[in-house]
Amino acid sequence: MVLMKQQRFLFGDSPSSETPEEDRQPIAEPVDQAPQDKVPGRKEIKPDQQEPEIFSVSQIVNRIKFSMEKQFSEIWIQGEISNLRIAPSGHCYLTLKDAGSQISAVCFKAGLNRLKFDPEDGLEVVARGKISVYAPRGQMQLIVDTMEPVGHGALQLAFEQLKEKLAKEGLFDSAAKKPLPQLPSRVGIVTSPTGAAIQDILRVLKRRNDRVDILIFPTRVQGDSAAREISRGIRELNRRGGLDVIIIGRGGGSLEDLWPFNEEIVARAVYDSNIPIISAVGHEIDFSISDFVADLRAPTPSAAAEMVAGARSELVDRLEHLRSRIIRAVGFRIQQKREAHSRLISRRGFLDTHSRLAMISQRLDELALRLNSAAGQLIPPLKTSLGQLEKALPLSVAHYMRKSRSEWENLENKLNAFSPLNVLKRGYSIVNSESTGELVRDPMQVEDGERIVVTVSKGSFTARRE
Amino acid sequence: MELKDFEKSLKRLEEIVGKLEDGELTLEDSLKLFEEGTKLSKSCEKQLNQAQRKVEMLVKDEDGELQEVPFEVDGEEPGGSS
Repeated sequence: MVLMKQQRFLFGDSPSSETPEEDRQPIAEPVDQAPQDKVPGRKEIKPDQQEPEIFSVSQIVNRIKFSMEKQFSEIWIQGEISNLRIAPSGHCYLTLKDAGSQISAVCFKAGLNRLKFDPEDGLEVVARGKISVYAPRGQMQLIVDTMEPVGHGALQLAFEQLKEKLAKEGLFDSAAKKPLPQLPSRVGIVTSPTGAAIQDILRVLKRRNDRVDILIFPTRVQGDSAAREISRGIRELNRRGGLDVIIIGRGGGSLEDLWPFNEEIVARAVYDSNIPIISAVGHEIDFSISDFVADLRAPTPSAAAEMVAGARSELVDRLEHLRSRIIRAVGFRIQQKREAHSRLISRRGFLDTHSRLAMISQRLDELALRLNSAAGQLIPPLKTSLGQLEKALPLSVAHYMRKSRSEWENLENKLNAFSPLNVLKRGYSIVNSESTGELVRDPMQVEDGERIVVTVSKGSFTARRE
Repeated sequence: MELKDFEKSLKRLEEIVGKLEDGELTLEDSLKLFEEGTKLSKSCEKQLNQAQRKVEMLVKDEDGELQEVPFEVDGEEPGGSS
């Protein structure tokens, strides 16, 4: 009898109605399909009597399978994952359990690949699928179409899982991060050409009047192909070279919308980039995987543009500041010269040269005035429009300075030619009456005992006529 | 790389301004420094402004090669991909 049962088992059948489901069972070794529905001879024994129907094991298993699949064709089961194992075939075997029971489950490769997160032991999930029976072992199992982690969304979980994985690999290490160049002039942008992000970035750069060239690599920023396009964009811009920084990003949206920036393929491309990358995804509160890998995270696309513009404007400010100082310093030198000359002129006695010197002094005044006004102009527009200033001022100042330099040289020469100091240098001295200030050309101009002022090359002193 | 030169230029410019502000130079030396300073600030300016404010987008041409084409800033999409 025992032997017989075994034989029946070996010859067990598989009802034809089940065939479509067969291919969904990857590890199901094809059961011998001998069409042996009934044990021969049995039924004929007593046709009139209600003999109990006797099934082969295969028969009953397949019947149960059939009826279960019919009854539980699309059910949702919540339970905790345990004994999870991914077979070399790519299919995933696991047990779903709760406090009282457990059920085996299988998730086939295709379904597994569609999951955003990686199922793992201990995770509470809701699985959708149908109940079936794995005939070779007569084992009931849940064939999982899809599952969702309980508590957090699948995307949230996937985010955490990828974040942990990449962190372990060191993709977020600050040592690997490249600094933003201080003088970015060519900016690559990987984003949608029709999205909010590109408009925001361009608006900011325009408002900041920033001098940068922009190269856009257009991609989708949501949907299935987006991540692939974004990573291709990053690699392409790297291949082309010549860029100082790359901004990747998009405007705000749901977690699903922002998802491409949470995909591994994008993270890897960002990490591999030789050009510093600013990740600017969604709003301030949105963090994406690409934010963590990127060299710099900007809370929004506008903020990314501000970063680019800010780095430059710091240098522009420094330069402008130095420029105004240099003009002021030279202006001050003119002022000094002018004062020196007025002192000289005010010396009584140089009446004959006085008017000429005064004229020259006046020209120095003029020069100083013009210089001061050039310096003065430099400051207020700095506050209003740096860009206009950048354009207009340096040219005019440089031009003006070139001109004024030759004027100065002229003046210097003239001053030297006219200067009585040159005469004094040769050993002559000039005598003025102390009381009247008159230049003394005749001894008769001065009475005995009158005090005089003697000016020599290096200074002057008083003396008395004896 | 260009930034290094830029930084160097700014440093030198700072030095020049410092010397000019000290006021201990002759007028002739002041002018020489002033001229150098003007040159430096001009070259810095040039570096800052080497970009032309071009806005371009990469678009595939008929041969599937990526070409840089001007990008319309005001939101209209130029006949581009995706």
